[in-house]
Amino acid sequence: MADVQTNDQDSGKGGKHKKVRAKKQSTHIDMTPMVDLAFLLLTFFMMTTTFGKPKTMEINMPVKPEDNTKTEVNNAVTILLTGDDKIYWYFGELKPETKLELTNYSNDGLRKLFLDKNKFAVERIKQLRTESATNNMADSTLKRLEVGAKGAKQALMVLVKADDKAKYKNIVDVLDELNITMVGKYAIVDLAQQEFDLINTFKPQP
Amino acid sequence: MPKVKMPKNSPSLDMTPMVDLAFLLVTFFMLTTQFRPDEPVIIDSPSSISEKILPDKVMVVAIDNKNRIFFNLEGKEIRKEMLQQMGDKYGVKFDDNEIMRFSIMSTFGMSVQQLKQFITLDTEKRKEFMDKSEGIPYDSLNNQLGDWIRFGRLADAQVNPDIPKEKQMRFAIKGDAQANYTSVKRVIDIFQEMKVNRFNLITTLEQNPIQ
Repeated sequence: MADVQTNDQDSGKGGKHKKVRAKKQSTHIDMTPMVDLAFLLLTFFMMTTTFGKPKTMEINMPVKPEDNTKTEVNNAVTILLTGDDKIYWYFGELKPETKLELTNYSNDGLRKLFLDKNKFAVERIKQLRTESATNNMADSTLKRLEVGAKGAKQALMVLVKADDKAKYKNIVDVLDELNITMVGKYAIVDLAQQEFDLINTFKPQP
Repeated sequence: MPKVKMPKNSPSLDMTPMVDLAFLLVTFFMLTTQFRPDEPVIIDSPSSISEKILPDKVMVVAIDNKNRIFFNLEGKEIRKEMLQQMGDKYGVKFDDNEIMRFSIMSTFGMSVQQLKQFITLDTEKRKEFMDKSEGIPYDSLNNQLGDWIRFGRLADAQVNPDIPKEKQMRFAIKGDAQANYTSVKRVIDIFQEMKVNRFNLITTLEQNPIQ
């Protein structure tokens, strides 16, 4: 109010009796920066809500009081984990003449081993996936068939055993590798004394 | 021929409805987000390709790189009930104020005897306390972790009876990459003693190398 009055007086002193008009100001304001900010916040909150939840890996342990019936090990690999990120493995049943082999967590190590031994399931799943892409197979059907392929008799079975020196990371890495290489049959079991001795007396083969 | 004049269109358009919508969404997301609770211990989870998301209702047993055990179960009522039962078993008396404070806490890792002291501390002091604590005892002589798990499940059953199977409590293990396998195995064994055979291992995401 006060401002308007002084303005009036000022123009009066000028002597010219012009009509004083309030400057016409556009009612539009530039909303761009505000919109920018709004969308920035929107993106931020959307991202944090969906990605904030931790990811998990599901695992089923064999039920404890297990009757010690020997599982058929016609296509089984036993992985022995120990300290210093070392992995020993052998194929088939544990026999007195069984020799361990050393491998590691690299692509040429464990992954190659699993992909090699699990050729049946890997090929079958690849075939199923291409089929489903051409035939418009339902996702649930594909999933069921994939599970079937992983559980087939010819598919690889892996027994994971770890000794006292192994780290938690090692076991997660192996489980992860099993998922990557599409091994459906695996279990985490306790180390047998014989296997423990084998690890301790391991000598690299020439 | 008269020139055909194109009507002059103003290049600025009315952004108001868009802005309205944007702010509506911002408000929505702001109100619905739950910020991650303050983690008292740093746990560096190993990575995996699994993209499964941790279920909502979950009991978390954490193992840090010094093999200490921490426990967390969300839910105010459940926590109250659980603490009371735990106190009864170990002969530690918690008053109403302490129970109230415990019900809004998150992860903890110490024996029940020390827990009473821990509850009364403020946030800053709690961190210090946690750094020095030994974790929850879980050896076979003093298996407090087992009792926490048992009472946690009991309290859950009392507070929420008759919930559908797919909404039941899940069990997660959040191990540090450098934790010993033996301590993780011991935790799994404790769970298995209580007929829990299905776990979620909390991991961080990594790219699947073959697709």
